[in-house]
This record gives sequence, structure tokens and C-alpha cells, in this order.
Amino acid sequence: MTDAAPDGQYDAWLDAIEDGEAYYIECENGHGWLPPRRVCPDCGSRELTEEQMPESGEVLTHSTITVPTPQFEDDAPYVTAIADFGPVSVTGLVRGIDPDDVTIGTVVGLHVGERATTGDRAVVFEPR
Amino acid sequence: MTDPRIAGAGVTKFGKHPERTGRDLFAEAGLEALDDAGVAPDDVDALYYGNFMGELAEHQGHQGPLMAEAIGLDAPATRFEAACASAGAAVREAVKSLRNGESDVIVVGGAERMTNIGTAAATDALAIAADDLYEIRAGMTFPGAYALMARSYFDQYGGSHEDLAHIAVKNHEHALVNEHAQIQKAITVEDALEAPTIASPLGLYDSCPITDGAAAAVLTSEEYAEDHGLDAPIAVTGTGQGGDNLALQDRPHLAQTPAADKAAEEAYADAGIGPDDVDFAEVHDCFTIAEVLAIESLGFYDHGEGIHAATNGETDRHGELPINLSGGLKAKGHPVGATGVAQLATAAWVLDGSHPRADAVPDGTVGVTHNAGGTVASTTVHVLEVRE
Ligand SMILES: [Zn+2]
Repeated sequence: MTDAAPDGQYDAWLDAIEDGEAYYIECENGHGWLPPRRVCPDCGSRELTEEQMPESGEVLTHSTITVPTPQFEDDAPYVTAIADFGPVSVTGLVRGIDPDDVTIGTVVGLHVGERATTGDRAVVFEPR
Repeated sequence: MTDPRIAGAGVTKFGKHPERTGRDLFAEAGLEALDDAGVAPDDVDALYYGNFMGELAEHQGHQGPLMAEAIGLDAPATRFEAACASAGAAVREAVKSLRNGESDVIVVGGAERMTNIGTAAATDALAIAADDLYEIRAGMTFPGAYALMARSYFDQYGGSHEDLAHIAVKNHEHALVNEHAQIQKAITVEDALEAPTIASPLGLYDSCPITDGAAAAVLTSEEYAEDHGLDAPIAVTGTGQGGDNLALQDRPHLAQTPAADKAAEEAYADAGIGPDDVDFAEVHDCFTIAEVLAIESLGFYDHGEGIHAATNGETDRHGELPINLSGGLKAKGHPVGATGVAQLATAAWVLDGSHPRADAVPDGTVGVTHNAGGTVASTTVHVLEVRE
């Protein structure tokens, strides 16, 4: 969709999710983060490694957005959620479930989908 | 070290002024503040100015010198950007500069023009206070982010949308006599609960409006105020600022605002007071849930206890600790880059008895302002006290 240059490690991370090889970044003290990171904000460690993302996460909180930004105009209403994958939490769009049925604790998998409005890639959660 | 004095303040009517430029809005507030202070423009050492979305709303960066020009200052001028806490950050830097003797007179202020670009573009502009890669691209909006925090709060601590409605009702009632306020209209709990949803569980009346406006204040050193015989009994006695991870997903708490905890602790220690000494506060209620998080971080309530404060009448103008006597962002309006200084002006006017709701705290001597940026990844807290 966009002609802009890819956003480095972020787009590489989306590629990995699409390839079924989702990862997170872990510092030597076990703090988890998502890319791009060069330093752990918790402990200052620069010894970061890529670790395999757990298969599923649990919805920590969610909202059905009815007043979107222009980039999500055709997506609305849609559900945005933060899901806990253990070492890291991730923000994504919840799909494949009726918005009214999304609850805290809903178990989801991590995927990449397209935004209806722009065709750009987005992090998507689907129940599993 | 001396505590800077608030020598004068000016605030525009907050509201929809789509045809008014940012420079015109700021000129009105800034000139009012200078006139109120009775300070010669030549004596002003610097302008510290807050603005958030100038590039998107007016295609205007580098607003510092533009705004100095707009109020007739030939002085260095710097813009501070900390999302909705931009003006609070400007105040904090002014306080530091006055305290360390670098400056005698600083104009602090802020302005935001928002309604000219329409609701959708303004929603988009506000969203960029969030993490673009991980939040905005996952559909996060500014109301959406606070909705995520509200749902998490209800889950962890309890409380309901009805409790939030009481906050909106209270702040609308406070604004009824505030001629600067964008919305001067009483609402009921039912009105708030029946309003359209923006981002569940938050509805239209849980949200501050989109606002144009400006605010300015003239801060001086204690010595300058004395030497020039200024009528400036209100001092800024404490300043604090805290930060947090930008993205909500990276924070250990979704229902607490540790950046505000840190800012409050620092400001209280700086002023040598504690939360029990505070007579009233102006807090950053961009959404009703934000007021709950603010009064908990400020130490007025334990975490999880602030949700019922408005429901129980503890924070209205008849209550023990009035919160947002101006009407708050909810009813007064939230021209993002101006809010921190508008809060400062309100608190000064409540303390000197000139605010229309000052009778809520007739013997009040200590006021606090709490200005939060984004989903509270930035917060400034200031303590104001009466000094004769
Ligand atoms: Zn670490």
C-alpha cells in the first residue's frame, strides 16, 4: 500500500509473525520487550536476544472504538486490546469474534492482518 | 532559593474558534497576563511556551519566537512539547530558571488551535501522543487509550461507568460560573450514561471536548516582585515531573499512573508539604477516568479508592477536597498546549479569591495542579501557596 521505506525492525517483526516465527526481545535479566530496542529500559542491559513468543496470550483490557482516526475510518467499529503474552504485552486489533464477546481473559493468538481503511499491516489477535 | 511569584495571568475563552489563529489566541492571553502583572515587556527574560499539534493543525512549527513576537517580546522563546503536559513542562522550566537566578521575569504560556481541522483530524493529531508503531497502528485513539485504562481499573479495583458519570456531572456544575469555560451546561448522571459511546466503556460525556484556546502567566522571582512592588502573593513552592514508558503495553500497571506518583512526590517534597495540606486541586481530567487516576497519584486517595470520590460528593465544591473548580478539562475545555498554564491561572485565582468558585475554599492556602501528557507518560505537578 505505502511506498514509504519499511520501519526496520518493526516490519521485520511483522514479517516474522506472518512466517509463524513471532519473537520478542529479552535482556539478560529476563525483561521482555518488542523491537526495535537497543537497551532494556528496566535494567539498562544491552545484552538483548530474540526469544520465541508464547503461542497464546490473554486479553488484559479492551475497547470497542466507534470514533476512529481517519486511518481506521472503514474499520470502525473495531476492538483494540492489550494482550499479555507473558514476557511481553502486545496491543492489537481483535478479530474473529463478536466485539461484545471479547472479555478480559479471552485467549488469543498473534497474527498480522490488513487495515480495511488503508490496507496497511496491523497486529491482529484472534481467539484460539 | 526563592519561590517564584505569579504576577499575572490571562486565559482566553476556551471553545470553538476555528477562524482564530494560534498567534491571535496566544496574543490575547499573553497581553492580558502582562497587563495583569504590570511588568514592562523589556523586563521579560524569556518566553517558555507549550504547544502540541501546531505542525498538524496550523502547519506551524517553531512557534516560540512567533509567539514572543505576538505579545511584543524581544526575548528568547522556546517551545516545550510534552503532549498535553506541554505547558506544565514550560512552567517547570520557568520555575527552575527563576529559582537559580538565571531569570527575573518569565512569561509561561501555551496555545492550541484544534477545531479548524475537524474531529477526525484532531482525533488523529491527539493520537500521535501514543506510540505510533505499537499503539496507533493497532487502532489506538486518545479516548481509546483511556478506555483501556478505565476497563482495567474496573477489573482490578471495581467501580462503574456510573461513578465516572458523577465526575462529569460535578465538573459541568463547577464550570457553570466560569466564563472561560467551553461548556457551561449542567448535565445529569442519566445524560452521561445515555450519551453515545466513543470507545467503550467511555462515552461522549466521559471525554473532554476539542478546544481552541490559550493561557499565559507572568512568573517573577521573589526579589523582582518585591523590588517592583508587584501585587503577587501567590508563589509556586513545589515542582515535580515524572515519566513512564510511552506505550501502555510496556507498563506494569494499566490502572495506575506512576509518572504522576513521582511528580507528586517530588513536588510535595519540594514544597515541604503533603497531600493532607492541600485545600483543592486542578487535575488533568481529559477523560473522567483520568481524574480518578490523578487524585490517587496525588495521594488524596489510595490506589483503587478514588473512583467513588465524586459519587460521594467528596470532590465537589461543597466537599472536603474540591477537584477541578474550573470545570476541569471536561467542561472548561482542553486546548492541549495551554492546559498546564490554564490550571496554574485557575489555582492562583482560587487562592487570591478572584475565581468565581473561590468560595469553595474560603480559607484555602495550598493548591495543586496536575498536568498529564498522553496516557500519563509525562506528568508535571505544581504546588501553589499564599505568601504575603
Ligand atoms: Zn532488563
